[in-house]
Amino acid sequence: MKIPILSVQHLRKVYGTTVAVDGISFDVCAREIVGLLGSNGAGKTTTINMILGVLEPTSGTIQIEGVNLSAHRSEALLRTNFAAVYAPLPGNLTVQQNLHIFGRLYGVARLTERVEALLQQYDLRPFRHTKCGVLSSGEQTRVGLAKAMLNEPRLLLLDEPTASLDPSTAQDLRRKIRAFADQGTGGVLWTSHNMYEVQEVCDRVLFLSETKIILQGDPKTLPAEHGKETLEDLFIAVARDPEGLTRA
Amino acid sequence: MSHFSLRRASAIVLRQFYLMRESLSRIMPLFVWVGVDIILWGFITKYLNTITSSGGRFVPTLLGAVLFWDFQTRVMQGITTAFFEDVWSRNFLNFFATPLTVGEYIAGLVMTTIATSGVGLFVMWVLATALFGFSVFAYGALIIPFLFVLFLSGIALGIFGSAVVLRLGPAAEWFIWPIPALISPFVGVFYPLSTLPVWMQKIARALPPSYVFEGMRATIDHHAVDQGALWLGAALALIYIVLACLFFARTYRQALRSGLIARYSAESVS
Repeated sequence: MKIPILSVQHLRKVYGTTVAVDGISFDVCAREIVGLLGSNGAGKTTTINMILGVLEPTSGTIQIEGVNLSAHRSEALLRTNFAAVYAPLPGNLTVQQNLHIFGRLYGVARLTERVEALLQQYDLRPFRHTKCGVLSSGEQTRVGLAKAMLNEPRLLLLDEPTASLDPSTAQDLRRKIRAFADQGTGGVLWTSHNMYEVQEVCDRVLFLSETKIILQGDPKTLPAEHGKETLEDLFIAVARDPEGLTRA
Repeated sequence: MSHFSLRRASAIVLRQFYLMRESLSRIMPLFVWVGVDIILWGFITKYLNTITSSGGRFVPTLLGAVLFWDFQTRVMQGITTAFFEDVWSRNFLNFFATPLTVGEYIAGLVMTTIATSGVGLFVMWVLATALFGFSVFAYGALIIPFLFVLFLSGIALGIFGSAVVLRLGPAAEWFIWPIPALISPFVGVFYPLSTLPVWMQKIARALPPSYVFEGMRATIDHHAVDQGALWLGAALALIYIVLACLFFARTYRQALRSGLIARYSAESVS
């Protein structure tokens, strides 16, 4: 039996009378890329923020490699990292400076060597002394990913990582993430609105709709299982009539 | 509960070092305004010495008071400015999604201000000594507890101010800059507390710098310094640091609950 890298159980977030996430449960295992899909406001980013420890759940548990996030926050987050298009690194620091600062925060051993390796891996050497704020959005995404890989995380959270990338750069990034998962030590939770990319990269998808997970499965076979031609058709059906889909 | 990591706290110091190393607009405030203050008050004391028969007492009393007060202000601003860097660069999500704890973050801010306020103190001391004949020996060994109490008091104010901005949002930084000016009339920087009306004296007794400035004047006047009062000032400052840390931690916890940490630029999530 696979031991999950991430185990989310009955996770719920309520703001006043508004339910943002309603008791969802799922796992992410090593070698696995799991797509968290849903229309805007479905609760994807809320879920990711709770897993990152920057939003306290109303109830439920999050365990990262068996470490309870609520009880042992630092220990759990040492095993995690993330990249999100809405969380760029400080623009007033250079690429190298940002990587050194976050490397310290994640307790990275032999930091200078690790930073050099990531600068090489993400084609960032020409930009090492460039302030992040003046990089193009694609370059900033690469810096964010290099930061996300600093601590060789067991759980990598990617919130729309290719949203601002051209198709060629996005494909390159997908290959890097796939290679990371295939190494076998880590799992990835990925959100995206690009169904083509989700089908290409993800081993499994979870459809969030109106704060709940209503569907999950292999993105390559799931559309046919629900009478749809493509994953995009399935996404649209889930977004427009989630109850109809679950009835079917 | 995770153990305290000095390495994580030092990341905050390293960030500030990188920012300052390449930014004149960050380095200059460390010493320019305090330097201007010393020069301005230096000439005022020089003038007062010529029109009164004080025997030069204005240098250690007035100029010394300015130096001490500006030191406390620099300690406070060293913390708030380092905190504001995360506000200005919208960096809370990045920092607090790491293993960094609130205690380590605050420790990093305090470590930063030890360095930055030290620069300000050194520049003030050099200017006051070289240009106006100021001597730290006028205070004897008591200069150490004087500076220590002011340092603690500045830390408490800095952490409190940062928590207020964390709670109320980026625009609230304008509440923070005037805090030293709001406190200064109560603590008797330039006059004995007995000058104040009774209600202000009551407030002064709750403020640690009051004990420093009373002690400073007693030293210059060769009166016995109430060392118990200085200990009380230090104890009060330590209590305020603890309270400020608790306030910061509570505010952080509320921000985690409300989602404000992840969406800080919105100022409020309601």
